[in-house]
Amino acid sequence: MPTKIIVGLDGAGSGSRALSYAERLAKLIGDCELVVVYVIEWSPFTFQTAEENAQRHKRREEELKIAHERVVDPAVKQLADDGFTASGIVRHGDVAETLNTIAMEQKADQIVVGRASDGGFAKRIFGSSTSNLVMHASMPVTVVG
Amino acid sequence: MKYLKKFGLASALATLSVNPALAQEAMSLDQKVNEVFAATTGPFVSLIFAPFPGTSFPWIVMWLVIAATIFTLYFGFVQLRFFSHSISLVKGDYSDPNDAGEVSHFQALATALSGTVGLGNIAGVAVAVGIGGPGATFWMILAGLLGMASKFTECTLGVKYRNEYEDGTVSGGPMYYMSKGFKELGLPGGKFLAILFSIFCILGALGGGNMFQANQAHAQISGIVGDYPGWITGLVFAAVVFAVIVGGIKSIANVTEKVVPFMGIMYVGAALIILIVNYDLIGWAFGQIFEGAFTGLGVAGGFVGALIQGFKRAAFSNEAGVGSAAIAHSAVRTKEPITEGFVSLLEPLIDTVVICTMTALVIIISQQLITDPETGMYVLNEAGSAVATIDGNSGVALTSAAFGSAISWFPFVLAIAVVLFAFSTMISWSYYGLKAWTYLFGEGKTTELIFKIIFCVFIVIGAAASLGPVIDFSDAAIFAMAVVNIFALYFLMKLVKKELESYSARLKAGEIKKFKH
Repeated sequence: MPTKIIVGLDGAGSGSRALSYAERLAKLIGDCELVVVYVIEWSPFTFQTAEENAQRHKRREEELKIAHERVVDPAVKQLADDGFTASGIVRHGDVAETLNTIAMEQKADQIVVGRASDGGFAKRIFGSSTSNLVMHASMPVTVVG
Repeated sequence: MKYLKKFGLASALATLSVNPALAQEAMSLDQKVNEVFAATTGPFVSLIFAPFPGTSFPWIVMWLVIAATIFTLYFGFVQLRFFSHSISLVKGDYSDPNDAGEVSHFQALATALSGTVGLGNIAGVAVAVGIGGPGATFWMILAGLLGMASKFTECTLGVKYRNEYEDGTVSGGPMYYMSKGFKELGLPGGKFLAILFSIFCILGALGGGNMFQANQAHAQISGIVGDYPGWITGLVFAAVVFAVIVGGIKSIANVTEKVVPFMGIMYVGAALIILIVNYDLIGWAFGQIFEGAFTGLGVAGGFVGALIQGFKRAAFSNEAGVGSAAIAHSAVRTKEPITEGFVSLLEPLIDTVVICTMTALVIIISQQLITDPETGMYVLNEAGSAVATIDGNSGVALTSAAFGSAISWFPFVLAIAVVLFAFSTMISWSYYGLKAWTYLFGEGKTTELIFKIIFCVFIVIGAAASLGPVIDFSDAAIFAMAVVNIFALYFLMKLVKKELESYSARLKAGEIKKFKH
């Protein structure tokens, strides 16, 4: 059975560093499968107007499409071009929780994520999503600096 | 709209021809607006509130309570049997993670609540207790509990028969279940009911969802900064609402949607603090509520007066059976329409049984209502129409004085809360009214814009008119919606029963599973 690695992307620099690290890791391991995941931050417990609710389904489709087109699909294509078995998932939810849930569903061996925001070391060492993931994940997590 | 225009024109002409000198008199704009408005809406109001022959009991109040009772019995006390299931649904225990990003049960409930929680809970309750005495609270709570079944019925249908358009947006509400549901049952007249409902929904949106809000917001602001003409408040409100619903400035709506729940929690929190501080009076307050419920304790109209006020305010506050919630709830994404019905039944509970009762208890405990120390009966004001209060306050001013007697700075917070509640209720109702409007006149930018402008104009009228005519018209319009809606629900309730039976069988058999544990 191949080793399965989940790569969490955030559409920014740290995400692409996570991707290249995962690629390197996969090369070292050999028989490896990569799943690129992009989580759209969303909570079912927010307050919205009736009009926003009425248009929500449409917006969700648009958000999924954009995430696929701009972040996930190019990454999957790049991996495939480099000769890896790769697939992509976009889902709404709490970033840390959803990454972990997807990893469990996929029976992955580990999760690779970026250090989150490029806001600078002084501002925060970890993004809150990353630190939440590290603290609550059910499997090994690699945080790429 | 047609009716309004006709009446408006006729009465404006009448005012001019009957008394031409009137225009020359130094009459403020507010007074003029008030006069025309009262004359315009009078006939409609008297029709809706017509009493049963030979009594003073308005037939419309009975209509709502009987419906709520029938739904409660027909669905076997669904509000009790599925109460804990409703909570699990709101928590998201049954939500498929693959549907994440769609409107959740919680969001649909919160949106519907932001349309109902507002002035009805603050000012409406004060009106009920002010006229009907503490006993009105008892009938209000009872109506709230029964109303849960009405809400369940209409919201299930709202989701089941909504329109889903190709671009992914949805439109739902009574007009859709009337036309589609009647067709499915092979009954005639569904379309006619839908049109009638839409007309009343537009009036309701302009009345309770707009003018009443603007009116009470003005009362609240002028109570703090001093008296000034109502149309000024009206213009400011109209400008902000215009910016949101026409200008599409989402940030204002977003801020409100986030601040309003916080205000709601703060309001209940303050009420709880007052109750805790006066814990020794809580028993006495409930005593007043129960005694007043059956004797009236000297209020106008006796116990019937208390009952009418309680039932009326509950319906006005939680809108069960009115049909508005069915519009708000129909946006939820679910494979089982009935789940939204279960969620919606929490609405009257939160709105009426919890929040309204808090307001009533604070007013009673703060002893704003004057009693005769010898008989223990409530003393009526000079007109004999309501219970006398310490400073002659009524409506939101009474609630404000009640809170202020315990927490001196709270009236300021309350004023902000009232303004925000009024604003969020207006935004919600502008949407309900718009849905009815587009049902009648078709979707399209121009037709939508016309309604939105009319809506903003009514904000100014509402702020300028005095409370009496505004509250009468608001009640009448909202109850007119209930007349049509409940009539249709009697025919459609068997469709809900089928859903309920199928769902509860599958729930029992374990076919409907929780995703989270």
